[in-house]
Amino acid sequence: MSDNLLSASRVITDKVAENISRVEELAYEIRVREVMTSQVITMHPNDTMQTVLETFRQARISGAPVLEEGNLIGLVSIEDLIRCLLNQDLAAPVHQYMTPNPVVVKGDDSVIEALKVFVSKKYGRLPVVDGTGHLIGIITKGDITRGLLRALERDYQSEEVRRYRASHLFEDIESERTSLILRYNIKQGDFEHGGEASAKIKRALLRLGAPPQIARRCGIAVYEAEMNLIIHTTEGGVIRAEIEPHQISIDVYDYGPGIRDVELAMQPGYSTASEKVREMGFGAGMGLVNIKRCVDWMKLESEWGKGTRLRMKIYLPPPHTHSKGEALAVT
Amino acid sequence: MRLDQIVDALQLNVLTCSVNLNEIEPTGGYASDLLSCVMSGAQRGNLWITLQSHLNIVAVAALLDLAAVIITEGAQPDAATLEKATQEGVILLSTPLPTYTVIGRLWELGVRNPETTA
Repeated sequence: MSDNLLSASRVITDKVAENISRVEELAYEIRVREVMTSQVITMHPNDTMQTVLETFRQARISGAPVLEEGNLIGLVSIEDLIRCLLNQDLAAPVHQYMTPNPVVVKGDDSVIEALKVFVSKKYGRLPVVDGTGHLIGIITKGDITRGLLRALERDYQSEEVRRYRASHLFEDIESERTSLILRYNIKQGDFEHGGEASAKIKRALLRLGAPPQIARRCGIAVYEAEMNLIIHTTEGGVIRAEIEPHQISIDVYDYGPGIRDVELAMQPGYSTASEKVREMGFGAGMGLVNIKRCVDWMKLESEWGKGTRLRMKIYLPPPHTHSKGEALAVT
Repeated sequence: MRLDQIVDALQLNVLTCSVNLNEIEPTGGYASDLLSCVMSGAQRGNLWITLQSHLNIVAVAALLDLAAVIITEGAQPDAATLEKATQEGVILLSTPLPTYTVIGRLWELGVRNPETTA
C-alpha cells in the first residue's frame, strides 16, 4: 500500500513523507483481527457453483472460504466462477473449481503481513485463521484501507484532544515540584469585569485536565473572593492561583480596609455591602459560606485598617491509571 | 424537555444568538436575585430565573454551567451584557412575565429538579 502511495505522488513533501511513515507504522501496529470481516459467508465443497453464483450475487461478495467439517480446505472466488461459467458447468461442485489450500494470515499477525501477501500475489482476499488454523474471518485490501484510515483518524483526534487539553504539560516537564501560577489584579468597583479571573482559572483547570466538578468548585470559590475584592476593598487586590498536579492553592489578598470581625463575616447572611450593591444582587452574606463549602481548606486572616488575606486549597484526586484527563497527570 | 420547546411554550425572547437550543435539556431550575444564593444553590445545567439583568449574571451563569438565564418582568440587559454572554456562550432569554408565573409554567411543563420530583 505504501508503494502505491509513493508512486502516486510525484513530489513528496515532508508532510506527505510523515504521513506515509505513520501509515507504515500503523500497518505494523494494527492486527489483522482488528480490521478483518469476522462475519464470513462460507461454502461447502459439495455446494454447486450455481449456489456460489447466487450467494455471491445476493451477499454482494466476490469470494468465500470453503469449509469441510469446520476445516478450511479452499477458497472460491469470482474468478473461479467465471472459469466455471465459460465451461457452462454451473452444476459442478465447488471443490472442482475452488483454489485448494489457500494462503492464509493469522488474526494476530500485523496488517503488514497481509499487505505483503496482497502485493506479492494477486489475491483479492485472504482467509484469517486463529492459532489452531480455524477460520475466524476474511480480509481484503479494502478492509485494510478502512482500518488504517480509522486508525489515522483516531490518531488525529487524540492529538487534537491532547493539544487542546494541555494536560500533558505536567507530564512533559520534569522537576521535583512543577506548578503553574496564575495571577490576576482585581480593581475595586470593577463590576464590569467581575468574574473574569474566576472564569479564566476555571478554564485553565479544564484545559489542564482537571475533573469538571473540581473546576466548577474552584470557579465558585474564586468568584466569591473576586467579587469581595471588587465590592469590599479600598483599592482592589490580587488573586494568585497555583496549580499543581495534586492541588490548587488560591491566595487572595488586599490592602484594606480589612474585616472587623472575621467570625461574624463567616456567618451566613451577614454582609456589610451597600444598598446599591445589594440591588445588583450582591451582598447576600453568602460569599464566604460558599467558599467554605467549595474548598477543602480555607484560612481567612484580616486586620482592620491593614488588609485581608484569604487562602484556600482544593485537592485533586490522584490520577486513575487508565482514565486520561480525569485528573492532572503526575509523572 | 428541550430548551427550544421551553422557549416556544413560554414564548420567551431569545436575546443571544443561540443555534443549539434544541440540543440543551435543562436539568431543572433555580430562582433567586441574590447572586451568592445562585452560586450556592443552582446546579449544573439548571435554568436560572431572575430579575437581574446586569453584566454579572453572565459570569455566574458561565461559572455554574447553567443551561440558560430567564430574565423576568421585561428587564432588558444592556449591549455589553449581551456581548459578554455571546462570548461566554451563555444563553439569555427574557419575558414580560413575573418570576412566579415563569416558575409555575416551567413546573407544569415538568421542568423540576430531580430531588423534588420524587
